[in-house]
Amino acid sequence: MSEVITVNLKIWRQEGPEKSGHFEEYAQKITTEASFLEMIDLLNEDLNSKGLEPVAIESDCREGICGTCGVMINGQAHGPRKATTTCQLHMREFSDGDEIVIEPFRASSFPVIRDLVVDRSPFDQIIESGGYISVNTGAASDANLTPVPKEAADQAFDAAACIGCGACVAACPNSAAQLFTSAKLAHMASLPQGQPERWKRTEMMVGTMEEFFGSCTNHGECHEACPKEITLDFIAFMNRDYMKAKVKNRALSGQR
Amino acid sequence: MATNNKTVLDSRVPSGSLEEKWENHKFSMNLVNPNNKRKFDVIVVGTGLAGASAAASLGELGYKVKAFTFHDSPRRAHSIAAQGGINAAKNYKNDGDSVYRLFYDTIKGGDYRSREANVHRLAEVSTNIIDQATAQGVPFAREYGGLLDNRSFGGAQVSRTFYARGQTGQQLLLGAYSAMMRQVAAGSVELHTRAELLDVVTKDGQACGIVTRDLLSGEIIPHSAHAVVLATGGYGNVYFLSTNAMMSNVTAAWRAHRRGAFFANPCYTQIHPTCIPASDDFQSKLTLMSESLRNDGRIWVPEAFDDSRPAHEIPENERDYYLENKYPAFGNLVPRDVASRNAKNVVDQGHGVGPLKNGVYLDFSAAVERDGHDAISAKYGNLFDMYESITGENPYEIPMRIYPAIHYTMGGVWVDYNLMTTIPGLYAIGEANFSDHGANRLGASALMQGLADGYFVLPYTIGDGLADQLGEPAVSTDDPVFTNAVSAIEDETARWLSINGTRSVDYFHRELGRLVWDHIGMSRNKEGLKKAVSEIGALKEEFYNDLRVLGSADTLNLSLEKAGRVSDFFELAELMAHDALERKESCGGHFREEHQTPEGEAQRDDDNFAHVAAWEWTGKDALQTRHVEKLDFENVTLTQRSYK
Repeated sequence: MSEVITVNLKIWRQEGPEKSGHFEEYAQKITTEASFLEMIDLLNEDLNSKGLEPVAIESDCREGICGTCGVMINGQAHGPRKATTTCQLHMREFSDGDEIVIEPFRASSFPVIRDLVVDRSPFDQIIESGGYISVNTGAASDANLTPVPKEAADQAFDAAACIGCGACVAACPNSAAQLFTSAKLAHMASLPQGQPERWKRTEMMVGTMEEFFGSCTNHGECHEACPKEITLDFIAFMNRDYMKAKVKNRALSGQR
Repeated sequence: MATNNKTVLDSRVPSGSLEEKWENHKFSMNLVNPNNKRKFDVIVVGTGLAGASAAASLGELGYKVKAFTFHDSPRRAHSIAAQGGINAAKNYKNDGDSVYRLFYDTIKGGDYRSREANVHRLAEVSTNIIDQATAQGVPFAREYGGLLDNRSFGGAQVSRTFYARGQTGQQLLLGAYSAMMRQVAAGSVELHTRAELLDVVTKDGQACGIVTRDLLSGEIIPHSAHAVVLATGGYGNVYFLSTNAMMSNVTAAWRAHRRGAFFANPCYTQIHPTCIPASDDFQSKLTLMSESLRNDGRIWVPEAFDDSRPAHEIPENERDYYLENKYPAFGNLVPRDVASRNAKNVVDQGHGVGPLKNGVYLDFSAAVERDGHDAISAKYGNLFDMYESITGENPYEIPMRIYPAIHYTMGGVWVDYNLMTTIPGLYAIGEANFSDHGANRLGASALMQGLADGYFVLPYTIGDGLADQLGEPAVSTDDPVFTNAVSAIEDETARWLSINGTRSVDYFHRELGRLVWDHIGMSRNKEGLKKAVSEIGALKEEFYNDLRVLGSADTLNLSLEKAGRVSDFFELAELMAHDALERKESCGGHFREEHQTPEGEAQRDDDNFAHVAAWEWTGKDALQTRHVEKLDFENVTLTQRSYK
């Protein structure tokens, strides 16, 4: 049942990308029925009425699917509850008097824009470099012309469930983006439709990823933080494909 | 309210039989040859299903596309949250489906308030969407033989819904997004993120561009083009509490309206019956639970008023299974609007359940007893988990609490058969336009319409309008039409920051939402609507005088962004009330209490209201003019719905 608790917030405040940031402390009363973001909404309402600027924090669907929200809560990306985005976290996870440290996702490739808002646009650049199947509108044949084994479709879906929130990068000690990149690659490589461009796609997307992000050293923190529980198996899948791609792409271009 | 009942709206529906209209039209339209397409700039605003699919397709054709999203990435658009599925007349199940049946179901489901020709075209291209999405790698559900699976959905007697677990919208959007990103890589689409449309610019009555605010730097920027496409979604957030995303808004559509695009049927809003009730006064949004739950859950409330006993202590004979009692044939599976209104009735009468007495029970105990815990878990496990994570209650043990919430808006910018608005060169697609769903949308049809417009309709029809402009450069952004628009927006932005009142944007939005929900919600009456008009007007005045937006205009400022959106919601809410007042009938999502059958069902007035009402902006404080587009039904017979 719901109760009213007071939590002591330490929130990262930073006016802009070039400004230096600092923590500010706020005590916030809240019912345990509220969601974590509604607790921040209330804090912002109070700040506004005191003439202080609200904390900048992003969220959109508040249903755990759009990937817009995401902050570090007591050092964990999206907070303490497993397989849960920040917007789906509720205050019943906390107790009266708890200190809650709230920071933006920390990664050099995700620069802070303001307070808790970061720039995750390198993810779009990874997709742009090959995260698609090249099929123009209208060119497709009947959908049932190519049967896809149910297991393959299910595996593709497991990978495609990624919401692009960036928690994997934030949780990784190396700020690596292997989980995000491999999820997209495994999604497409699991399907017959993804085969023609499989090797080129792998090399291109891994190359772009490496321009922006650190290297994977198998800590597994990304999987622990992932709200959709994308598995590390896909990283292994990507690594195998990447090795093969290095050979196959040479062969395909006639450079055996 | 001034009413102009002369038909001034030309829908440009082609002649010929229903089946031939689209084919004929495609042949008779002007074409732009492949080498000339690169001479045309097209702006697409919004990157959800409709916008991303349009931008990708136009880019593939060779147009120079500029795509705009106010999100950090195109993939965030709220299409991503659609759960159930997408309809298509593939007839893979061999159960008698056809293009004509999908057309008929959609017209009937819309309570005979949509254009026959548009709906038939939608049904025709529905099958292409599935082909296209599958080729893009959308992981639709499959059977063991490797072919695509289908399921049935509300309002249809055939299984025509394609789905990807409970995340169909996400997977279709990622497909459209990746197709668009491919064009970004190819250089045919220029992507602008964190850019919000604040004005549509016209010259000599023709759309020639837009003005955006860079949400990071605050810069107000003009963009010119030969055509502008709005794919900016619906306006459900006028209710504050809805299943829409926090940032979903009407601003792009509304600013176009203020520049001359007629706004059609704003009173057609759809309520979804199975959402989780609000738990607090500061609830920020409502979460939808898939309607499929009604297949196995039984809906009831305590017979006693204000009963505070926990559900398990209320004996069977003191429970009111009101849908099963009132509608023995359909029971808990009555259509969305009927289920919603009945829930409202019992809650209003004082039978509501939960801490705030604002819900009804959806009880799975009989189903668990009948089929076993595992069977129910296999069907609904993820939904039960989601419910538990939000409410902290376990639905296997305690009945779920549900209540209706606003979910979709059928009204929107008026468009002709070419999806062009009343401003030449300005198009509206997806939920942003009013077409296809009439007064009520069927389940799994929103994704279908967004992608139909973006992949298979607009890319053809836009050429018809552009062909005439061959050889003409786009209007320069140095032209006074642009510089004036930019400075007007700069003034507006400065004004929000200078009011310096006492209340936040969210306060006003929440109060507005309450008024709209109370008076223009699930059921409406003349007295309430008149009250809405005056109370919304008063609150709007307060908003302009007592708003407090802190910070500056030249950085990321979320309150400042919201101020503009909420001000547009105020104007829209007033129009919704007027539209609902003028439509003196009940149809689909618009239920006027004065117009119901003796059984309490929606009573249409086909003699007087078988038309689209499209409103023309006539100035800030002036009443808008109501125009009418008559709907002709040459293929279907209008009937009264009954679910007894």
